[in-house]
Amino acid sequence: MKLLVPVKRVVDYNVKVRVRADGSGVETSGVKMSMNPFDEIAVEEAVRLKEKGVASEIVAVSMGVAACAETLRTALAMGADRGILVETEVELQPLAVAKLLRAIVEKESPRMVILGKQAIDDDMNATGQMLAALLGWPQGTFASKLVIEGDQALVTREVDGGLETVSLTLPAIVTTDLRLNEPRYASLPNIMKARKKPIDILKPADLGVDPSPRLAVLNVAEPPRRQAGKKVASVAELVDKLKNEAKVI
Amino acid sequence: MDFSLTPAQAEIRAAIERLSARFDDEYWLARDRDGQFPEAFHRAIAEGGFLGIAMPEAHGGAGLGITEAALMMERIAASGAGMSGASAVHINIFGLHPVVLFGTAEQQARMLPPLIRGAEKACFAVTEPDIGLNTTALKTQALRDGEDYVIKGQKIWISTAQVADRMLLLARTTPLDRVHRKTEGLSLFYTALDRRFVEVRRIEKMGRHAVDSNMLFIDGLRVPAADRIGAEGAGFRAILHGMNPERILIAAEAVGLGRAALRRAAAYANERVVFGRKIGQNQGIQHPLARHWAELEAAFLMVLKAASLYDRGEECGAEANAAKFLAGEAGFRACETAVMTHGGMGYAQEYHVERYLRESLIPRIAPVSRELVLSFIAEKILGLPKSY
Ligand SMILES: Cc1cc2nc3c(=O)[nH]c(=O)nc-3n(C[C@H](O)[C@H](O)[C@H](O)COP(=O)(O)OP(=O)(O)OC[C@H]3O[C@@H](n4cnc5c(N)ncnc54)[C@H](O)[C@@H]3O)c2cc1C
Repeated sequence: MKLLVPVKRVVDYNVKVRVRADGSGVETSGVKMSMNPFDEIAVEEAVRLKEKGVASEIVAVSMGVAACAETLRTALAMGADRGILVETEVELQPLAVAKLLRAIVEKESPRMVILGKQAIDDDMNATGQMLAALLGWPQGTFASKLVIEGDQALVTREVDGGLETVSLTLPAIVTTDLRLNEPRYASLPNIMKARKKPIDILKPADLGVDPSPRLAVLNVAEPPRRQAGKKVASVAELVDKLKNEAKVI
Repeated sequence: MDFSLTPAQAEIRAAIERLSARFDDEYWLARDRDGQFPEAFHRAIAEGGFLGIAMPEAHGGAGLGITEAALMMERIAASGAGMSGASAVHINIFGLHPVVLFGTAEQQARMLPPLIRGAEKACFAVTEPDIGLNTTALKTQALRDGEDYVIKGQKIWISTAQVADRMLLLARTTPLDRVHRKTEGLSLFYTALDRRFVEVRRIEKMGRHAVDSNMLFIDGLRVPAADRIGAEGAGFRAILHGMNPERILIAAEAVGLGRAALRRAAAYANERVVFGRKIGQNQGIQHPLARHWAELEAAFLMVLKAASLYDRGEECGAEANAAKFLAGEAGFRACETAVMTHGGMGYAQEYHVERYLRESLIPRIAPVSRELVLSFIAEKILGLPKSY
């Protein structure tokens, strides 16, 4: 079966992000960018399914500026077979991404779309769910385990009370949680091979989707700086300060 | 003139950064303390297929150039692995270049794949105690005996010989008084390091404790003629081909080490508050760091220039030597300033920069000293009389 894995280019998780001076967003120029870590987990899961003989083809898709091709190359180096780049300068919001993905799903007919549960830049946690709704497919979100049995996907989810396993009839949407797997490092031979794998470049218009943002960002600001702590001499003083100064009890 | 990396180069760089990030400062500090070879790191590099970066694809390598290898070595050192990380893989990256250039098809198929897979490690046995930089005067003898050579002699400073399975060995097959030129009569071998006939004695040294350097006492080691690389007597020419790449790589490592030191120094200067202000707010602290940044950038440009000349098959002796000289000095100065920026803490092991400083002397001394680099440039570029 064919798998579709969307991968997002985000500010590398090691980078200390800085807010742009005009408050319009975070600084990305000259900043190290990488694949969203949850998407790496999605690629890894897809590659494992292919290695087990469950999947036959993995198509990675990335959306955004031309440099997203490099994120696709990373997915190809990990083991995806080919890439699709939906190139646009427009800042993409989850609904636009979900609509673009729906159009690609209709073109490619994968049996499963494996997405990261969220991107570490905007933490929306929305695209997978929106895509499931748009397609009318079942969804298994926050997967910590994924087993394919015939036309069923068994997705184990980490929920408050413990582990919940849902059974989805394929085609289905799965979003990955941190503990699903540990992504591999691309080896040098695979990096070199990936450079020869094909990447198709499309525009949103080719997919009949208008990606314009629906939400306007008013302001992005740094969180307030943490204030220095205070030492108290007794429990009574602590309770007093919590009541009268911090007003939290 | 385009100074940007190709997408493939950028990707290799990012991949090696990620791989190196798995081995943190504590790992390297621990290896420096216990003196154990960084096996896990070597294995990770080998499993990632990076040891074969500059080796032919036909034997399992990636077929890339010294440019890519230099980019990789710079990143390894800059990760904080320093010379401990770089030297753990260094020889395996370019050392077998003579085999690639002069080895027979049979030798390449036998020798290269185990090295590229990381199943075998090699060491590079050239330097000798009694001759110094005057390599052609080396005294280790290889005497023909039927299908074998029998080796006798001493080597010094041979890195990784404690863990190596094989060695690339330069020895004299025709005595000096029977050759026309002193560069003749030397032969190159790549052969098993058979410890029954080679005593390997570790040298206690200043730094890079994780990667050993040794005295080798070779007595009666039999080497099959099939392990001789190239024609008998043509070993010096063969080894010369590996010298420029080695200089380029060690220069890249020196730059990486210097950058690791600068990163730590800048971070510390941004945190440490004295007299009510960050020490990094003082120009007396800022300017040396900024100067070293500029020096390291300039040195790395020379590294990449030499590498790109080499990869295009052009003459690069002066550039490779200049890169080694500039990078060695810039790396050392950056490490020294990093220690001083930390004040007393610079002298504490847990801040890592004292380890970098101890390691930063290596690229200044080896594989060729500053003096010999300058003598070479004076002679070859400036047309001055040969002085050595
Ligand atoms: C950590 C470390 C690892 C090493 N690893 C290896 C290895 O794996 N394999 C290997 O083969 N070697 C190795 N070496 C050896 C290294 O390449 C040599 O130490 C280096 O080439 C210098 O040679 P030497 O020690 O014999 O110095 P010498 O030749 O004794 O020189 C001593 C000093 O005199 C100066 N000098 C000598 N002649 C002249 C002249 N004509 N004009 C001006 N100055 C002169 C030199 O520049 C130097 O400053 C290593 C060395 C170190 C420190």
